Amino acid sequence: MTVLDIVKSFELKIRGGKDQLDEEITGGYASDLLSDVIAHSRKGNIWITIQTHPNIVAVATMKELAGIILAGGREPDADTIQKAEEEGIPILISPLFTFELVGKLYQKGISGMSSC
Amino acid sequence: MDKTDHNILFHKMFHIEGGNFTSAGLISDQVKKILKEAGIPKKVIRRASIATFEAEMNVICYATQGDLSLFITPLFLKIVVDDEGHGIPDIHLAMSEGYSTADEKIREWGFGAGMGLPNIRRNTDEMVLTSTFRQGTHLEFVIYLERQETQLPFE
Amino acid sequence: MTLKEVKEILNAEVISGNHDLEKEIKCAFAAELLSDVLALSQEGALLITGFTHPQVVYAADAANLCAVLFVRGRWPNEATQQLAIQKKIPLLSTSYMMFETCGILYEYGLKTCALTVENGQD
Repeated sequence: MTVLDIVKSFELKIRGGKDQLDEEITGGYASDLLSDVIAHSRKGNIWITIQTHPNIVAVATMKELAGIILAGGREPDADTIQKAEEEGIPILISPLFTFELVGKLYQKGISGMSSC
Repeated sequence: MDKTDHNILFHKMFHIEGGNFTSAGLISDQVKKILKEAGIPKKVIRRASIATFEAEMNVICYATQGDLSLFITPLFLKIVVDDEGHGIPDIHLAMSEGYSTADEKIREWGFGAGMGLPNIRRNTDEMVLTSTFRQGTHLEFVIYLERQETQLPFE
Repeated sequence: MTLKEVKEILNAEVISGNHDLEKEIKCAFAAELLSDVLALSQEGALLITGFTHPQVVYAADAANLCAVLFVRGRWPNEATQQLAIQKKIPLLSTSYMMFETCGILYEYGLKTCALTVENGQD
């Protein structure tokens, strides 16, 4: 499943990195603590968070994540969008909150135990 | 607010130390206990506890020190917070959801998502915030005791 | 869904509040930012988080949440545990990651509970 597949099936809004949607998703990671994402997420994961500041892009770039979904309808900061464009990290928005969004992604077959 | 209602049944002031994250929540906890003992309705206690927790965190995150006062009257609860610190340069911006000037330390403590002030407003009936940049912030909010029942159908 | 069912489904350990396992959970809220918990969670919610400071218990108590479930094997320190006992807020810990935890509980029919956000400025 690619980032684009998720964008389509969950009707996500795209706020950055729209040319980088064909990456294959290796799993999902949900956390709002950056240190935790740095420690435990895996390459190609789709990251679900409610953090909106530019550091999320830095973390996603460092960990080579497939993209970031902001839950609860959160809009990214302007510098986050700019940074996402520079780094080519998709920033997507879902109106659903983390629990429900993850629940639905899980039902689509995205696992939290990232396969590498 | 009618002047005759300024019949203060209870008043207590709490001191808050800026930057002391490990003590966060202590004051809202004490406020909650006092309100419980005073027989305040549960819904009001929840709103007051949440608003006080956020107000307390604001001082811890952004000020060097502050005082939080709780007033109970027959008709409403009032909480007044005065702090010394860098103040808020743009109050309108600070009131918008998601706006934050928090650094990484504050975020790692679970705050600084830009929800604090909007969250206080959401849980209170009246809220006043004034700030002098580089000096401090004055925040006060009121929760009415009797309007609760009439609000229930809309929840 | 009761806390006991959550415990069984996720193979979770009960840190405190063993006698409260029959408690019914209305809905779930997953977050690690306490201000979001305070802003958006609803009464009676199960909070799913990786955040283990005592402040999580203060926030849960302020918002009248039902219980706190720590993910990825996180275990709170003694201060957090004592506070939870005092506040009668059950604490559980599962070794599943946040993603799996939400996915599994959602699959078992636990509902989300969050207030809708009026997005952005007003």
